Amino acid sequence: MIPGSNQAPLLEVRNLRVEFPTRRGTLVAVDDVSFSISPGEVLGVVGESGAGKSLTGAAIIGLLEPPGRIAGGEVVLEGERIDNLPYERMRRIRGARIGAIFQDPLTSLNPLYSIGRQLVETIQTHLPLSAADARQRAIDLLKEVGIPGAETRVDHYPHQFSGGMRQRVVIALALCANPRLIVADEPTTALDVSIQAQIIALLKRLCREHGTAVMLVTHDMGVIAETADRVAVMYAGRLAEIGPVRDVVKNASHPYTRGLMGSIPSLGVRTERLTQIDGAMPRLTAIPRGCAFNPRCPDAGQRCTAERPDLMPAGVTRAACWLYHSQGVGPALARETANA
Amino acid sequence: MIAFILRRLAQAVGVLLAVGFIAFSLFTYIGDPINAMVGQDTSMEDREELRRKLGLDDSPPLQFARFIGNAASGRFGLSYRTSDPVGRLILERLPATLELSLCAAIFAVGLGVPLGVYTGLYPRHWTSRALQAVSLIGISLPTFLIGIMLILFFAVILNVLPSFGRGDTVKFGWWTSGFFTWSGLKALILPSITLGLFQLTLIMRLVRSEMLEVMRTDYIKFARARGLSNRAINFGHALKNTLVPVITITGLQLGAIIAFAIVTETVFAWPGMGQLFVQSVQFGDIPVMAAYLLLVSFFFVVINMIVDLLYFVVDPRLRGMGAAAAGRH
Amino acid sequence: MALIDSFRRAADSDIWHSFRASPMTMAAAAVTLFIVLAAFLAPLIALQNPFDPANLNLSDAMRPPMFFGGEWSFPMGSDDQGRDLYSAILYGTRLSLEVGLAVVFFSMILGIGLGLVAGYVGGTLDAIIMRIADVQLTFPAILIALLIDGVVRGVISVKRHEEIAVFVIVASISLAFWVQYARTVRGSVMVERNKEYVQAARVIGLPRWLIMFRHVLPNVMGPVLVIATINLGLAIITEATLSFLGVGLPSTQPSLGTLIRIGNEYLNSGEWWITIFPGLTLAALVLAVNLLGDWLRDALNPKLR
Repeated sequence: MIPGSNQAPLLEVRNLRVEFPTRRGTLVAVDDVSFSISPGEVLGVVGESGAGKSLTGAAIIGLLEPPGRIAGGEVVLEGERIDNLPYERMRRIRGARIGAIFQDPLTSLNPLYSIGRQLVETIQTHLPLSAADARQRAIDLLKEVGIPGAETRVDHYPHQFSGGMRQRVVIALALCANPRLIVADEPTTALDVSIQAQIIALLKRLCREHGTAVMLVTHDMGVIAETADRVAVMYAGRLAEIGPVRDVVKNASHPYTRGLMGSIPSLGVRTERLTQIDGAMPRLTAIPRGCAFNPRCPDAGQRCTAERPDLMPAGVTRAACWLYHSQGVGPALARETANA
Repeated sequence: MIAFILRRLAQAVGVLLAVGFIAFSLFTYIGDPINAMVGQDTSMEDREELRRKLGLDDSPPLQFARFIGNAASGRFGLSYRTSDPVGRLILERLPATLELSLCAAIFAVGLGVPLGVYTGLYPRHWTSRALQAVSLIGISLPTFLIGIMLILFFAVILNVLPSFGRGDTVKFGWWTSGFFTWSGLKALILPSITLGLFQLTLIMRLVRSEMLEVMRTDYIKFARARGLSNRAINFGHALKNTLVPVITITGLQLGAIIAFAIVTETVFAWPGMGQLFVQSVQFGDIPVMAAYLLLVSFFFVVINMIVDLLYFVVDPRLRGMGAAAAGRH
Repeated sequence: MALIDSFRRAADSDIWHSFRASPMTMAAAAVTLFIVLAAFLAPLIALQNPFDPANLNLSDAMRPPMFFGGEWSFPMGSDDQGRDLYSAILYGTRLSLEVGLAVVFFSMILGIGLGLVAGYVGGTLDAIIMRIADVQLTFPAILIALLIDGVVRGVISVKRHEEIAVFVIVASISLAFWVQYARTVRGSVMVERNKEYVQAARVIGLPRWLIMFRHVLPNVMGPVLVIATINLGLAIITEATLSFLGVGLPSTQPSLGTLIRIGNEYLNSGEWWITIFPGLTLAALVLAVNLLGDWLRDALNPKLR
């Protein structure tokens, strides 16, 4: 069952487009991406590096780094459009209604301030609490994220914590003002494998307890399979497939998703060998015409090299692939032996 | 931390001893101090007598030890030029130099850091670009030329500020201060700007590049994601992280300010140690030179010690044990 | 080898390109070229030889510049000795440039020599040289140059000093500037000496000094050249400052700094030109040289920034 699937969406992203003007023309890093997140839901966003998943997250929290900019579409949080808010109003939403967790806990914390100070300043920015109350809340948050001896640790500095502990602190910082949504960008990538599972479990538990929705950006399908309610797969700046996690993992519709799942050892049924997708994701400067995946796609037809598919129903999921269109992919492509 | 401070202290004493040795060598082997003390017609026997009395025929290590002992208590012998005790000559002029250096340092840091922060936060704004260009000129022009330009404009053409001297001073024991009279304060303006301008541009450029660096870090991005106000981010988080390199350079520059006071004092006929030093160089007055050298190196060493201690205040990572390995960037 | 390489690289690619791309650098190069040419041609284009007392006439003293009530024979006015400022500036610039170049040359030789020895021989010698360098680095170069100059004055007579003033000043500034070269060269040598080509040269049985000069030295020349360019501006400023302080070049042989010092005494009485013209020349020269130095540093080796 997907929690909250029948309620009004918490976050809606409609036709989002992110551009980077460069000297050699404009790069489209995120192209026509639409999805929604329900309250309390965990949406996993997967894709290779450069697929645009982190930029989508940055666009939602309004922290795209210049010269990157939102060139089209809208981001709607609880019915309120937030992608065009002035900086100061967006700032009050960040941390209060949308929390964020970044990849590297080692560099996310200011080394010169105690974690208590960083927690208290975040709490007091968003909540009308006295210094003493804010400190108590900071200690409570640290306890909640499982930091032993929170009462003394609150006055310690980031360098006195291990990587896993620091990521717990970062999670506590994201939870300071009880946001409705957390955008977590590769929260476990920089951590030891043994600690990754703990952090993911913690994140999952906390969000269930607080009813917080999570947009979990990662390239790790294992993490997604364990955590997410739904999955969005991105390829070359576009959504390739989106659907409930079971179906995307077990019965992927898009050939790219199938390739992605086939390349993961622990998930599939025991097979002779892992499959791999030939070739590499195109650079943003050279996205092919039609479906961006067509040069690597085993099922591509002539239509795939000419027309770009939008998301369409494909079994339980929705996939951007002509295979699921009533007219199909068109005549087969004459290809040189690519898989020799 | 204690070990770190002790080691720094030992290094400081080492530097002072090395400089002391140079000063001692100058004093003892270059130019005969006896010649400087006696008249032309003094007999060889009298000279030898004087030499014995002054201990100049003792073994060199003994002489060196005595020299250091004397220096520590402020006795540097007599000036070749004026035959006054060197210690007194320097002490008379110390307040003028220290007050000037202090004002210049306040000017340089007080203006250099905010300008650096501003140009670092808004690197593309036209005022930042203009400041950046002007600062290049500030770094290239020799100090004395800047002083002369200021005199020409404010003293000669506009005739609003004095071009030489300290103005009226007030005595507090042996210390004379220009801080308590109107003319004394007015006299401080041009020399302080002249002396501080180079350091100002240096500090500004340094703070700017450090700010640019820090603003790109993850913890600033994360601070934005936490919704902190720009004020808290720029001044609470970014500025504090630029402090370690800025303290290092500023500390070194404070030493440089005392040394460069030589030039400024000459331009503005400022009655400080620097002017005394230039006069003694012109005259080859070695006792004064040696004493000045020792005093200035003492200041340098003290400033360096303070800088090292400030690191501990600013950076919690250094406070733990085994901090000695971390030091300057 | 690296030297030739860096010039070859200079000719074809990035350096030339970055030069063309920066109008500021091109302007700086033009100004430098103009000043150097004028200084070089001084005997041809000057109106008198300002160093020759026979040319000076006290009745010509303190003439104002041409457009301020002066006349053609003293286009920039004259100083207290009746010296034509225009000619004095040409000769003074020449002197400043000569001293600056000489300082760069000698401090480079000294620094490279000591750096090579320290890095290649190592041990006690290395420790001694580098400790001296450390202590010297604590003090601003100007202080060290002043001190050395003062010591020399303590030893020799005033008249003798005036005769050899140029050599004294070159020596004292050079002795203040060698440290940076020595540290750079030593650092590079420490890296280079363990490389295979040096080991190979040693196996062949080449003498130490030959290995150092033929094989190690050329590989450390890149950064040294960058330091040299940046130090040229610094050396010119230091000379001007010493002369301004009255411990550099004497007023019988005025450099730009000396001229500014002479003029400074008359600034309050309205004879501004004696200071301002040499001052502007010095400012233009140093600024142009520094801009070129900055550009060269960025173009040759972005890492040195």
